Amino acid sequence: MIDLIDTYWLYFLVGQYPHGPLGGLALTLILAVLGLLFAFPLGLVFGIARVSPWRCVRWPVSALIQVVRGTPLLMVIFWAYFFLPSLTGQNTDQFWTMLTALVVFDAAYLAEIIRAGIQGIGKGQTESARSLGFSYLDAMRLVILPQVVRNMLPSLVNQFVATIKETSLGYIIGLTEVSFIATQINTQVLTKPAEVYLLLGLTYFILCFGLSRFAFWLERHHQQRTLAKAHA
Amino acid sequence: MIKIERVNKWYGSYHALVDITEDVAKGEVVVVCGPSGSGKSTLIRTLNRLEPIQSGRIVVDGVDAYGRHVKLNAFRSRIGFVFQQFNLFPHISVLENCTLAPTRLRGLKPSEARDEALTLLDRVGLAAKARAYPGELSGGQQQRVAIARALAMRPPLMLFDEPTSALDPEMVGEVLLVMRDLARDGMTMVCVTHEMGFARDVADRVLFMDQGKVLERAVPSEFFARPEHPRLRQFLSDIRTPFLQAA
Repeated sequence: MIDLIDTYWLYFLVGQYPHGPLGGLALTLILAVLGLLFAFPLGLVFGIARVSPWRCVRWPVSALIQVVRGTPLLMVIFWAYFFLPSLTGQNTDQFWTMLTALVVFDAAYLAEIIRAGIQGIGKGQTESARSLGFSYLDAMRLVILPQVVRNMLPSLVNQFVATIKETSLGYIIGLTEVSFIATQINTQVLTKPAEVYLLLGLTYFILCFGLSRFAFWLERHHQQRTLAKAHA
Repeated sequence: MIKIERVNKWYGSYHALVDITEDVAKGEVVVVCGPSGSGKSTLIRTLNRLEPIQSGRIVVDGVDAYGRHVKLNAFRSRIGFVFQQFNLFPHISVLENCTLAPTRLRGLKPSEARDEALTLLDRVGLAAKARAYPGELSGGQQQRVAIARALAMRPPLMLFDEPTSALDPEMVGEVLLVMRDLARDGMTMVCVTHEMGFARDVADRVLFMDQGKVLERAVPSEFFARPEHPRLRQFLSDIRTPFLQAA
């Protein structure tokens, strides 16, 4: 196992870089970070649209979200892979294909987290903002969303954990993220599949478990702060 | 200041407001009381259009509230509204609660808004709490901040929807004190409240509502001494003998 790590650690971490495209764990993390980074504003817009008082905004976005949430990510990736080029007329490389799929998929899930957050705030907040003379969108932007985003920080970290694991499906379209690299290593070594995939599993686990604990800590921290305020 | 003409409101088939016609003059303090479900909160919420109405007309400060061309946000910004549940913004400080609307909607510079807010907070006795967060205040303090926040928009009219009903008994007084102070300064006020002492001392007129109708309107002395409507007599005797009722 040690010699396995000794030989392949760099390949595992960054793929063929700098002699080829960046891959491995680095690519996995970059994909997850960018995926969530782009999905967040989109999810925010979708989430607001989901509770919009205007039907023409609410319905199409709700339909899109339901379709995406009712579909496995693998399907979304296939759509992005086969459908996107025919739409744009250009061949999209694996990285952007995967990123597009991740962003659409995560945005749909984030939208539901944000919708629940908005609905959890209580209509008194909106009413008092509107009574002061704020428009609906200003009330959303200045009063509701800051509270929602603060409340949903733990969910956001959990979504990041999910995204990290989701990037492994990039394997299917030949994206050289860490699972793909692990498979490559396995093919080269041939005799140690258990060790190779144990290492891969451990890598995911350490990352995701650490982040989950962080989300849990955030949640407790938030609870304590709210409690402390309530008792002050 | 306020003209209410033949206003009707239904919740589904429930007739919540029945042909209400009332006037409130500038500088007048009107208290609306009545049993729960009588429509008094609904009525006050229609005045700044928090609730839609199905027929009739409401004119506030010369603006037809339900008119087609009303600029709703500008209209609302000229009416202070105080809620039963305070509804302060919990994620920003007391001071920011009072400066948010003035800086965004009245175009004040942050420093001007801050000075004005501190003056108002001082007026409600809470200048020392300017940097605190709403969650750190007692109910009575929160409601006083809510009043200051509403006043920060410099409205010519203040509406109070049961401002003391969510408070512990010992905190009711401090909020009423602020409201008395406002009334003394000549603010036009409409208050839905069960505080009969406040109605007696401060109101120019008291309205009694039941089942969506205004059954009686009178100056406080008449209202309490010579109630005409049997339903009002019943109501007044009920609130005077809570112990007997409980027994």
